[in-house]
Amino acid sequence: MDAKRYELNVQLAQMLKGGVIMDVTNVEQAKIAEEAGAVAVMALERVPADIRRDGGVARMSDPAMIAEIKKAVSIPVMAKARIGHFVEAQIIEALKIDYIDESEVLTPADEECHIDKTRFSIPFVCGARNLGEALRRIAEGAAMIRTKGEAGTGNVVEAVRHMRTMNREIRQLANMPVEEVTGFAKVNGIPYELALKVKELGRLPVVNFAAGGIATPADAALMMQLGCDGVFVGSGIFKSATPATRARAIVKATAYFNDPVKVLDASMALGEAMPGLEIAAIPKEQLLAGRGW
Amino acid sequence: MSRAEWKPPNATGKKIGVLNLQGDVYEHLDHLERLNVAFMPVKQVEDFEDLAGLILPGGESTCLARLLRIFGIDKIIIRKFHEGMKLWGTCAGAILLAKSLMGEAPHLGLIDIEVERNGFGSQLDSFTCEASVPRVASKPIPLTFIRAPKIISVGERVNVLLRMEDFIAAAESPDVLVTVFHPELTPSLDFHRYFARKCGLQPDVGNKITTVWDRTSWMRLARITANDERDGTPPRGSVTTGDRS
Repeated sequence: MDAKRYELNVQLAQMLKGGVIMDVTNVEQAKIAEEAGAVAVMALERVPADIRRDGGVARMSDPAMIAEIKKAVSIPVMAKARIGHFVEAQIIEALKIDYIDESEVLTPADEECHIDKTRFSIPFVCGARNLGEALRRIAEGAAMIRTKGEAGTGNVVEAVRHMRTMNREIRQLANMPVEEVTGFAKVNGIPYELALKVKELGRLPVVNFAAGGIATPADAALMMQLGCDGVFVGSGIFKSATPATRARAIVKATAYFNDPVKVLDASMALGEAMPGLEIAAIPKEQLLAGRGW
Repeated sequence: MSRAEWKPPNATGKKIGVLNLQGDVYEHLDHLERLNVAFMPVKQVEDFEDLAGLILPGGESTCLARLLRIFGIDKIIIRKFHEGMKLWGTCAGAILLAKSLMGEAPHLGLIDIEVERNGFGSQLDSFTCEASVPRVASKPIPLTFIRAPKIISVGERVNVLLRMEDFIAAAESPDVLVTVFHPELTPSLDFHRYFARKCGLQPDVGNKITTVWDRTSWMRLARITANDERDGTPPRGSVTTGDRS
């Protein structure tokens, strides 16, 4: 990927700002998401809540299913590849969709290396729990970051933790004298040049969405007020009692995140949200956010 | 410590608004600031007072169309348009303004053009190039097309500003400007200056942008909040208009 292509890929992510990206598992759900005002859909066979329930190895979805969804909607389509599985990424790129998510929700294929994303033309979004993780992915060629949260739980606590961590570390960096940046970069495993860039910008140099546990309009507005550029909603929509209504409500609350009256209106009479999971009740080896580094 | 919607301190009198529902809002604001015209992001009904012009930014047209409709912003735009507010749509914004969309119902329908959404394909088909737009600038302008629509045809009162191989990339009527590319993602201020003049404002003529602009320039208006942020406080790093060299 040359510099110009990378710039275009970052700029596509800028078009998604203020929007909601929804997980969908079939054409019907994709159409519901598009109609509700999603800015993109993530095509996958099982939403994270089901992956969590089923266990086993979670892989890239059937390309035929991704292709069908691509055909059915006009908004951008994303699909997930396993961490480090560059051949799954090659297959998804050959499918000519719009974005690849190198995702911890799938079972990692490589515990040491993430995909060298600079070798691709298609843009990548990657998960991160903190500034160092985000900047390592950007150094590898990611054009967009999402905080990981804990997918498939309907519990926003990890998403909040990761966003607050990211913001705190950015503020620290922005406020420190430049001679301290080398040490900060070393401790946090950050490429030095990118650390300087973040210091100058006061934020990540690419768009940063929140993900992992967002289930209600209030959750979405919370993440937006914490400073993310948009939100991913995975299991939260199609595991709820009224997916179409909830999808529309989350889109409204994300656009007017700073207007409590409109978020209130969006929160009325939505029916049952997805059942949530207490993070402490999940066996440690089943936590997804710790995958990748 | 929440993130406030930023409103510039000097946004009184006639200004240009950027519709702030979804999409690349801050990129447009950044360009307007460099032109030294009053500007603000708009999303509430009261924000539409005193707008000489409104920019509908790039984003996802299906999302923007839905938000316009459910919050009644479409009606306000149409009313203000008939009271003299000028309009400019970039990419998704052009789709929203078109009178005719291939295979679907139009949205605001305020300029007589026919548009085909996603005229090129997936993100892999996004591209940049350069072209001359004599009405807008004397030198060639850099153009960025991201999952761009194509303008297929224009009506009688609409002038073509830029024709590409098999489609029209920019057009205007007396009150509406449309571009299927994104001037806000390039170092060029020409289209923003052109629109500001169309709105009856006097933008700076000097081109200060090429030396200080890069892809992340918009981020100085959209920083992660510090502890001191409150309503109406500009984010750190932002300046009032005209201070940048």
